[in-house]
Amino acid sequence: MNLYFNYLLILFKSQMQYRTSFWLLTAGQFLVPFSLFAGLYFLFERFGQIRGWDFFEVALCFAVIHMAFAVSECFARGFDTFSSLVRTGDFDRLLVRPRSTFLQVLGSKFEFTRFGRLFQSIIVLVWALSSLSIEWSVIKVMTLFLMVVSGVFIFTGIFMLAATLCFWTIQGLEVVNIFTDGGREMAQYPLNIYQKWVTRFFTFVIPFGTVNYLPLMYLLGKSEGNELLYMLTPAAGIVFILPCLLVWNLGVRHYRSTGS
Amino acid sequence: MIAVEGLSKSFKVAKRSTGLRQATKALFFREHTTVNALNDLSFSINPGEIVGYIGPNGAGKSTTIKVMSGILVPDRGTCTIMGYTPWKDRVAYVKNIGVVFGQRSQLWWDVPVIDSFELLRDIYKVPDKEYKANLDLLIETLELSTFIKLPVRQLSLGQRMRCEIAASLLHSPKILFLDEPTIGLDAVSKIAVRKFIKTINLEKDVTIILTTHDMFDIEALADRVLLIGKGKLLYDGRLNELRSRFGSHKTITVDYRVMEKPIAISGAELLSWTPERCVMSVDTGKVTVSEVITQLSNQVDLLDVAIEARPIEEIIVQLYKEYQI
Repeated sequence: MNLYFNYLLILFKSQMQYRTSFWLLTAGQFLVPFSLFAGLYFLFERFGQIRGWDFFEVALCFAVIHMAFAVSECFARGFDTFSSLVRTGDFDRLLVRPRSTFLQVLGSKFEFTRFGRLFQSIIVLVWALSSLSIEWSVIKVMTLFLMVVSGVFIFTGIFMLAATLCFWTIQGLEVVNIFTDGGREMAQYPLNIYQKWVTRFFTFVIPFGTVNYLPLMYLLGKSEGNELLYMLTPAAGIVFILPCLLVWNLGVRHYRSTGS
Repeated sequence: MIAVEGLSKSFKVAKRSTGLRQATKALFFREHTTVNALNDLSFSINPGEIVGYIGPNGAGKSTTIKVMSGILVPDRGTCTIMGYTPWKDRVAYVKNIGVVFGQRSQLWWDVPVIDSFELLRDIYKVPDKEYKANLDLLIETLELSTFIKLPVRQLSLGQRMRCEIAASLLHSPKILFLDEPTIGLDAVSKIAVRKFIKTINLEKDVTIILTTHDMFDIEALADRVLLIGKGKLLYDGRLNELRSRFGSHKTITVDYRVMEKPIAISGAELLSWTPERCVMSVDTGKVTVSEVITQLSNQVDLLDVAIEARPIEEIIVQLYKEYQI
């Protein structure tokens, strides 16, 4: 963990060498999701509510998934841009260092400009929360926190799966963005507005539903049946990373036997 | 210290062909050929040796280095280095080695060199005291003090390479793999790097495996050379033996008054000829130098004669030719 912060520090120093570009990109990242959020806003202005969800509830959904995405893109960027590490052969360098490949790839790149996006999502979150009447308790606050953490783990997991593919393809694969960008776009609305199979896919295969939709039912008092179950769903998202780690290690093993 | 036994490694390489039609076809069907990068390679290296590992491009040098540094897993064979099998106990093993890839940087591009060093200290978990001692020694012997606070991107190639070598020695490795450490360096930097390699070998007793295409590196550093071609070990021995085996050739450069007729000397091979100057290669086993000069003076009006031993580069070219690699 200590080493992770040192990686963070050195890359932050590197980023600070290009200050103007940093501020411009951060501002850009701050502004981009506004267009998405504006779309959301006007949609609800026209229709009032969708399948029993009103504007602020969906805004909360939106804020959680965008926060998770921003944090993952910032801290797991190493996996997101992993193809360049393989293509240039710099991955060999990581293999001759006495640390796990996971930690080293994670530490190879951070995208600090994503704080712009994070900041924007936090504003949406605060606005949504202040307009909703939720009876807060320690457990509910923890659930909200876990939701974001769960999202970070899922996005990181997908980045890892995409990175693993690079061992075979060398080039990065845009197709994986279906699951990262696509998943984010889907999950910014409550999942029950979609077709059944879409809901199932994003609950059981890539569990974005456990990031915001299911636990939100608990937070907003929409859940039926066992509340505890809804509350604990973010844990499922966190578990998602385990098979990803396994697949990643398989990929590393493949790389070391083929050396491509 | 290093024992390599029957190492073999083959790669599947996609056949590439030219032309748009072939390229389109390759999108769907790909033919693969198997390349034997290493073919039953065996050698051993003792502690404290400097070994020059040479061979033409594609001979399998990099593959061997990658296997020995734990990056690649071979198809067959064993490799025991300091009691470890590199590809099995990667994390435990790589603490003991340093690797410099001359073509690739291990430093962080935008931050001062010293910051990179400190991060490496954390990666290798080097104790503070040891780190400080190593750093002081490296700064002094490699003369890094003037640019250690500059970002890497502002360094010249020679300065950067010195930092690269320093970076790979911060954790006091017992073995240092140097993959073309002098590539692209100017003469001054080359000599500084060579001198330093020799110094750490003597003072810290670091075993060094050096791959290079610069035969002067080998001449200045390596007591022993391993020649590899097509994945096989072709020669293992001292550089001097190699020289005496092929070094019976002398190169004679002659300047003379304009002479339109080409020169013919028995026993000498004419390498180049102009009406004013010629260069020839003489096998002293067949004809002595004095005989050649006598013949020359009969044919032309000599102005200047220079006799040189055959440069090591040429010996290597001859060797590659002989082994058809």
